[in-house]
Formats: sequence, C-alpha cells, structure tokens
Amino acid sequence: MKGRRLRSMGVASAGFAAALALVAARGDARAAADEKLRVASKAFTESVILAEIVSQLERSAGVQVEQRTGLGGSRLVWDALVSGAVDVYPEYTGTLVDEILGGEPGASEPHDRAWLVRALAARGVGMTEPLGFNNTYALGVRAARARDLGLRRLSDLRAHAELRFGFSNEFMSRHDGWPGLRQRYGLPQTKIRGLDHELAYRALAGGDIDATDVYTTDPEIRRDALVPLQDDLEFFRRYDAVLLYRLDVEARVGPEALATLRRLQGRIDARTMMALNARAQLDHVPQADVAAGFLREAFGAVATRAASSAPRMILARVGEHLALVGVSLLVAILCGVPLGILAAKRRRVGQIVLAAVGVIQTLPTLALLVFMIPLFGIGAFPAVVALFLYSLLPIVRNTHAGLVGVSGALRESAEALGLPRGAVLRLIELPLASPLILAGIKSAAVINVGTATLGALIGAGGLGQPIFTGIRLDDVGLILQGAIPASLLALAVQGAFELVERFVVPRGLRARPTR
Amino acid sequence: MSDGPPILQLVSVSKRFGGVEALGETSLDVATARTTVLLGPSGCGKTTALRLMLGLVRPDAGQVLFRGAPLDQEALREVRPQMGYVVQDGGLFPHLTALDNVRLMARHLRWAEARMRARVVELAALVRLSEDALARSPSELSGGQRQRVALMRALMLDPELLFLDEPLGALDPLVRADLQDDLVGIFRRLGKSVVLVTHDLAEAALFGDVLVLMQDGHVVQRGALDDLVTRPASPFVTRFVRAQRRLDVDVKA
Repeated sequence: MKGRRLRSMGVASAGFAAALALVAARGDARAAADEKLRVASKAFTESVILAEIVSQLERSAGVQVEQRTGLGGSRLVWDALVSGAVDVYPEYTGTLVDEILGGEPGASEPHDRAWLVRALAARGVGMTEPLGFNNTYALGVRAARARDLGLRRLSDLRAHAELRFGFSNEFMSRHDGWPGLRQRYGLPQTKIRGLDHELAYRALAGGDIDATDVYTTDPEIRRDALVPLQDDLEFFRRYDAVLLYRLDVEARVGPEALATLRRLQGRIDARTMMALNARAQLDHVPQADVAAGFLREAFGAVATRAASSAPRMILARVGEHLALVGVSLLVAILCGVPLGILAAKRRRVGQIVLAAVGVIQTLPTLALLVFMIPLFGIGAFPAVVALFLYSLLPIVRNTHAGLVGVSGALRESAEALGLPRGAVLRLIELPLASPLILAGIKSAAVINVGTATLGALIGAGGLGQPIFTGIRLDDVGLILQGAIPASLLALAVQGAFELVERFVVPRGLRARPTR
Repeated sequence: MSDGPPILQLVSVSKRFGGVEALGETSLDVATARTTVLLGPSGCGKTTALRLMLGLVRPDAGQVLFRGAPLDQEALREVRPQMGYVVQDGGLFPHLTALDNVRLMARHLRWAEARMRARVVELAALVRLSEDALARSPSELSGGQRQRVALMRALMLDPELLFLDEPLGALDPLVRADLQDDLVGIFRRLGKSVVLVTHDLAEAALFGDVLVLMQDGHVVQRGALDDLVTRPASPFVTRFVRAQRRLDVDVKA
C-alpha cells in the first residue's frame, strides 16, 4: 500500500522530469540548428533602440535575427551572452571595466582597448570599436535649484548635506556609482532613496528629490531643464557605447553578420543618440520606427521589421502569458500535490518540504530569475521554472493542510471498513481535502498571472513586455496594453477556478444555503 | 446460555496512551451469535477495548484472537470484511451520498452492480430507510437516518461481527427510543455476534445477552443484568446500578 502511494508520486515526478526534458530538448534542437543572430538589450530605451538598429541593419543585410530586448540588468545580459543564450548586445566600456570585469587583476581604464579586448576574448566575447558617443553618469539637478544653491560642480554638494538624492538601484550598488562617488568627493548626504531611473525624473520634477543620477544622453536633461553637475575630480569613467558579440557568431551565423555590426562603428554621436532617445521617450515614436528613421538617414537603408497591429500584439502577449502561467501551474500541480501528500503522511519529511517551499517563496522574484540564467539561459523556460517554484508553496501547503484536517474519526471509519491506505487516500482523504487543494491551486494561478509579467525582464515575453516598455517610455497607453489584459486574465483565472470547483468539489462539501 | 467457542478474545491485553493506562491487563471473550455490551462510566476503557478488538489500535501486551488465531496486521486485512463498525455520530463520509457510503467497500471489492443493488434494497428494508434518503448527502439527513445509513454500511458485506460504539448517544430521546426498538429487532433477526458500547444501563439491559461492567481500565463484573443487581462483585457495581435506577424512578414519578 505504501509502495503504491510512493509509486504514484514517482509517476508524477517522472512526468515533471519528462516535461523538463521535452523543453530542454527543444532548446537544444534550436541551438544546434541555429543560424539566427540573437540580439539582446538591457531594459532601458537607449539600449533597446541600439538593439533595434542592429537588428534592422542585420535584417537588411539578409541575416536572420531574433530579438530579446529589455532584459533586466547588466549582469543578466552579460551572463546571457557568456552562456550563449544571446549573441549581441550594446554595452558601455565603463560598465565593462568596473562592473562586469571588476576585480580582474590588471583592470585598467576603459580607454585601454587592448586590455579590454584581451579580457573579453578570454570569455569568448568580442567588441566593436566605439559607436561614437560617451554616455557617462552625471548627477542632475534642476537648473533653478542649482542656481539658488550655487551648484556647478560635484564638489559644491559637500556644503549641502540636507539635499535628498534618488538613485537608480543599479547606480546605488555599482562601484562606479554612488558608493565610489561619495567616497571620492566626501559627500555628506544621508537622505538617499533607491528609485527606478525613469521614476526618479518625475520625483525630481515634483521636488521630492534634489538630485538623481542621469546619463549624459538622457533626453530628460533637455526636457526638464536639468544641469548635470561638472565632474571636477574626474570620478566617472568613460562609458563609450560598443557592441559586444560572441566570437562564435562569425562561424555560426556568418561573416556578414559581423561585418554589419562594424558598419555602426563611429556612426552615432552623443547628439544623435540624445535625439533618438527623445523621439522614443518624449515623442512616443515606437522604438522600431526611431531605429528605422536613423538607418534611413545614416545608411539609406530601408529597414525591414515585422509590423504588427496593437490588437494582434496584445493577443500574442496574452498567449505567451497564458503559456507561462499554464505550463508552470500544471507542473506545479503534478509536483505540489504529491509533495503535499508526502508532507502530510511523513511528519519529519513534511516539515522539511514545507520549510523548503516556504524559503523558495521568500526569494525575490528578480533574484530568482537571475539565478536561472546560468542554468537555463534566458527566455520562457527559466521564467516557467521560476513560476513553477513560486506556485509550489500554496499548492503544497494547502494539500498538506487539507489532508491533516481530515478528522481522525473519518479516517478510522475508513480503516475499519477495510479500505487499504491507498484507497483511503484516493476515495476519502483527497476528496475531503479537495476544496482546500483547489483553493491553493487557484491562489497559485492568480499570483502567477501577476508574477509572470516579470518574465519580460529575462526575455520570456508576456504581458510584462508592454508594461515595462511603457514604464520606460512613459507611455501610459502601452502600460495599459499590458496591465489591463493582465488584470482581466487574473479575474478570468479566478472565475475559471470557481467553475472548476463545481465539478471537482463533491456536492456534500459545498457550502449550501441553510435549510 | 452455553455457546460454542468465542468468536473473539482479548487475552491479557493492556494499552497505555502516552503513559496513561487506558486498559489494564484484561481478558475478555466475545460470545458467538450473542450481543455483548461493554458498560461503564466515561474513561473506564470500554472504547479502548472495542478499538483493540477492531484492530484500530495495537495492544502493548497480550493478544487479540479472532476464531482462535492472532489478529495481526496480516490477518486484519482478511478479517476486516467480517467486521462492521458503527460510531456515535455515524462516521459517514460527508463527500459521498448515503448510498455511496453504503456501497463504498462493496464497490472497492468490485461487486457486480446487480448484487450491490439487491443488497442495498434488502438492507434498506431491514433498517427502514427510504430510497429518497439514500440519495442524499449525510448533511441532509436527520441524526436517526444517519445512524440507519451507518448500520447499512456496517452490514453491507454481511459481517459476522458487528461493533457499535455508543450508536444512540447523539440522538434525542424520541428518535433514540424508536431506533432502540428497531435495533433489538434487527439484532434478533440477524443472529450476529454484536459488541455494543454504552454507559446506559437500561440500554445495556435491553440489548445485552452478556453485560461487561468496566471501571478504571478493568473488568469489574461479567454477567446478565440479574447478576449485577443481585450478586454485585463490588460496591462500585451496586453504586453504578443504583445511580441509573434512581434516574429511572425519578422519571416515573
């Protein structure tokens, strides 16, 4: 009897393993037959525009391109490049030296190209010549405020300890960001808040903060009449934009792909970049169109891109979203219910299982997603794995609670009837626990619909894509294109489960009006 | 009332729960085709004795014998279908209809549909339960109906031994009296070996061929009602009998 129960758990685990293998095999097959150039970018407009420019120029050169734009964070995209999940992305020399290759013996100045090229080559990565602009950090202050306080240089900040700073999270934690800056200038300010880069501009305009980190090609500098304070101690590194690519691109995709990348060297100066950023962020021109406009002017190239209408885009995103949620939930049910049964039947194992799924739940979503990159690359698969892990807790916990809650008298009645243990579980305990188990699955599903939006940060697509792009471009319409379907989807999932409840939960256990 | 060999025996069994003695060393025979009543105040060990007989708990020492053979886990699997069990509130599964409760075990043993139907009709007539009531969920039945369903479920496989733990304890007096009469008739007609647990002397006298009076985990006296009244084994027996008789008198007055 025990054996049978364990076997059925084994079957479920085998099902999960098979599902994993299937997805992994598909991934392998794609990698093996790959002739596409996978172009990635980080999750800010300039990076996305550069990736668009690269993609469109490559397509016009006849190279097949797959875009993975808007990935969340330098480290994440770099890891994706090194692990072979993507082929090309725009990067800045300063970021490379201080952040990505940081701590490397012999680490040098960003303009020491020879050292950089060697260090990158050791990791199978190549680098183009600079694209033509230096997008470095600066601290931006509103012009009026700077005038009132007499702020011109970063050194002037020393005399104003009361100033409130709002920095992007990346700037807060980078060696070449706030920690280094504070040290070099001996800055006394203590009111420091971490903010999304785009939100920081709004806080600055609203007077909630006095200074934020800006990039020198940010269009908001012009729009909001900001003054970038002069870096009089020359703390900030050069951030020359370059394209990083995997050295195997030439062999795998073809030499023309590499030649095309090099055509962009020295072709984009700071003024041009700020103008492109302004078109996307201030004029709300779609990034692909901004890139196409640049290519037309600079290369006379007629860009080719897959045009798609908004409804079709939304539908495709909903489809991706549902796939992420559905697959992860299904696997979570197949694993979570048996784990919950195990937890209920073996108390000691149960405590370990419940503690483990509880700990998983406390991991920040983004951190978990980043963990996934070296293991599973980027795209839908790591997102599904993360969502699967998050779904486990409600399902395991509710299954456990449902089974433990079955009254001892009923269990004894079943035993006295002569039902073997497996049959007691199947015919008595699980049906009695079914309302709670279903409630657990339902909350996992609804939470998943929300969490799956973060999948966009590792290239999984879904409704997070328009949401994050919208936040970046300050485009409320685009945000709503993701947010509204996501909310409706959550409601629909909830409704669907209430329907399922009618079929799954036995009549005698359903709440009914008092007689 | 001399019988053949006892169908079930407790031989020097004892049981403790977490250091507390629930049943001291006890030996007890359950006579074949008779009704044995385990009687006594709460906590006297009567329910523990019943659970030991059913194999729901294992004795710390001693043996339970069914037809002379030790009732271990192995034997239990074969013997279980020959034991029926009714608990105080019926122990019906709330997610199944009354009918599915009754048929649960037969279905698990893959009885033919026709055989099951015939058996259910027979039992419904025996316990006087309507077909309509059988279609309902336990929560939609009255307390008396629930006990009738529980009795049907216990009798479905036609067991040789029937165990009832305070089967009438949760019922109001009128329903209780009604069901008492029915049960007496049913036991007489079936001629099965029955073990019934109660704390009510009148009920015990009504059902029992053999009364087993227990106190503090031990059997105090075993015999017919007459023996308890006229030849009490200890002052406790007299006190127990008097306490219940006084109640009787009060009601009549």
